[in-house]
Amino acid sequence: MDITEYFKLVFSDYTLRTITLGTAILGAVTGMLGSFAVLRKQSLLGDAISHAALPGIAIAFLITGAKDTNTLLIGALVSGLIGTFWIRGIITKTHLKSDTALGLILSLFFGFGMLLLTFIQKQPNANQAGLDKYLFGQAATLVESDVWLMAIVTGVCLLVLLLFWKEFKILLFDADYTKTLGFNTKFIDVLITSFIVLAIVLGLQTVGVVLMSAMLLAPAAAARQWTNSLSTMVFLAAVFGAFSGVFGTAISASQNNLSTGPVIVLVAAVFVVFSFIFSPSRGLLFKQIRFIKNRRDLELHKTLSFMYHIAETHENTSHPHAIKLLNNFQGFTKKTLQKLVEKNYATIDGSKWSLTDLGFKTAKNLYNKQETKNE
Amino acid sequence: MKEQSQNKKTPNYSGVLAVKVDDLTVAYNYKPVLWDIDLEIPEGVLMAIVGPNGAGKSTLIKSILGILKPIAGSVSIYGKPYNKQRKLVAYVPQKGSVDWDFPTTALDVVMMGTYGSLGWIKRPKQKEKKAALEALEKVGMLAFKSRQISQLSGGQQQRIFLARALVQNASIYFMDEPFQGVDATTEIAIINILKELRKAGKTVIVVHHDLQTVPEYFDWVTFLNVKKIATGPVKDIFNDDNLTKTYGINYKVSIQE
Repeated sequence: MDITEYFKLVFSDYTLRTITLGTAILGAVTGMLGSFAVLRKQSLLGDAISHAALPGIAIAFLITGAKDTNTLLIGALVSGLIGTFWIRGIITKTHLKSDTALGLILSLFFGFGMLLLTFIQKQPNANQAGLDKYLFGQAATLVESDVWLMAIVTGVCLLVLLLFWKEFKILLFDADYTKTLGFNTKFIDVLITSFIVLAIVLGLQTVGVVLMSAMLLAPAAAARQWTNSLSTMVFLAAVFGAFSGVFGTAISASQNNLSTGPVIVLVAAVFVVFSFIFSPSRGLLFKQIRFIKNRRDLELHKTLSFMYHIAETHENTSHPHAIKLLNNFQGFTKKTLQKLVEKNYATIDGSKWSLTDLGFKTAKNLYNKQETKNE
Repeated sequence: MKEQSQNKKTPNYSGVLAVKVDDLTVAYNYKPVLWDIDLEIPEGVLMAIVGPNGAGKSTLIKSILGILKPIAGSVSIYGKPYNKQRKLVAYVPQKGSVDWDFPTTALDVVMMGTYGSLGWIKRPKQKEKKAALEALEKVGMLAFKSRQISQLSGGQQQRIFLARALVQNASIYFMDEPFQGVDATTEIAIINILKELRKAGKTVIVVHHDLQTVPEYFDWVTFLNVKKIATGPVKDIFNDDNLTKTYGINYKVSIQE
């Protein structure tokens, strides 16, 4: 199946449609919430939460002995939340920095989770096969009810974002100030963190523990490059996330045997790289172009003003002077002189140059402008 | 320790206490940052809090505002506990305490000053926007209202913070080093606004570092170094004796009158 065939099939084929919808919704909700994590400089929180969810999945299976998705996700949610609040606790109660706390909880929970998984695999229960899909995710296992659950959580999350938009924004920007205004910052913080945990847990089945944090960060990091408005950033992150989901599913479905989760993450990474390079205001490409252009302009202006000072010494300002004279000026190259000629600021006659009226006037104004600025 | 009675000496002051701090003790770890602070700030003063680095100046403001939880002590604003008087108080944090690359505009930051009176969930409307624009104009930043905040200079960012507090239309203003890292023009602009606030009967409390400008800018001063060294009118207590007690070295400041 190639990509075009996929897009034909996606509307008619039930499984394909379910998976595509699921990854799209997942991408949108993680992108949205990821913006908040990125702006709070808690990029690693997603990684810690997803890894912290693993023992919850294992324990839920050990208790119920069944592989019901919802039960396992509740286990993931509980242990994800425990991990998150332990991280908060470590940061506030000890002097450890947040990256240390995150790393500690991440490896501790993940280690424990892996231990439980191997323990489960050694058991005679035939049911246990496939629990390890939560490590790297398996989008193909998505069924309609999973997609419904994602859609409902996304809807609730959207509603909460709309209701508490102003509170989230001010908390992200200036938490101390928010406190002085009388807002319960702890409540806002717990609210947003809980939704982040929820979104991550929902994505475990599709993308897996190991790669889940990329779903949170990549769309947000890409979106930040294109806008200076929080609402636009959240919106763009949701769009990027959703498209990553759709394209990732399309690519993995059309190329046999490609695992969906990693492909989605890679597509999201393409968004990031593209944004880093091509964003007009923050992108590397345009920054470099602006930088070079500014330098050239300055070089040109400096040369012109140097020529102006020479021309000024003569009564007739368009009196020709030797090009050699300009060699005393460090920024001078033949190219800049050529440019000045092109701009009609100067003329060349053999080994002599002279300023045109336009060139003289421009240089004079340039000089004046700088002088008044210096005052 | 020299204690000044704050009301009788200077006729401008109504004698009403804007802020009263009792036995305030704050510690970050085991070592106290503030020890047993008693402080009475009369209404209508423009007060500087001075002291060396680590003296607890910012901590004092943050504890009064409830951002930090003190180990002991109490704070009252116009005779009532702080959490019942929040609307009377506005805070200008240190400029460096936030990430200025946050995706938002100057106007948007100033609008945040209206969030407190709006309360939960309610969105700012035309009225709040108008108030924010007025505040921007007061600090001379109206032309920059749509500017992304990372593209403002340090002085302009400070003015935005000041405007955000002005929007709150409070009675007491707490400012944490508003003059830090700003150029002379901004410093004059800011001090003029502070003096205007005082003229309007507001109380302004400023953590300040430049001892040279204390007599010129302020009429009230508190010397702080973990403990309160002295508090009172600048003309009575801003002297070499208190400076030496606070800074621990023989500090001489020529006071021009």
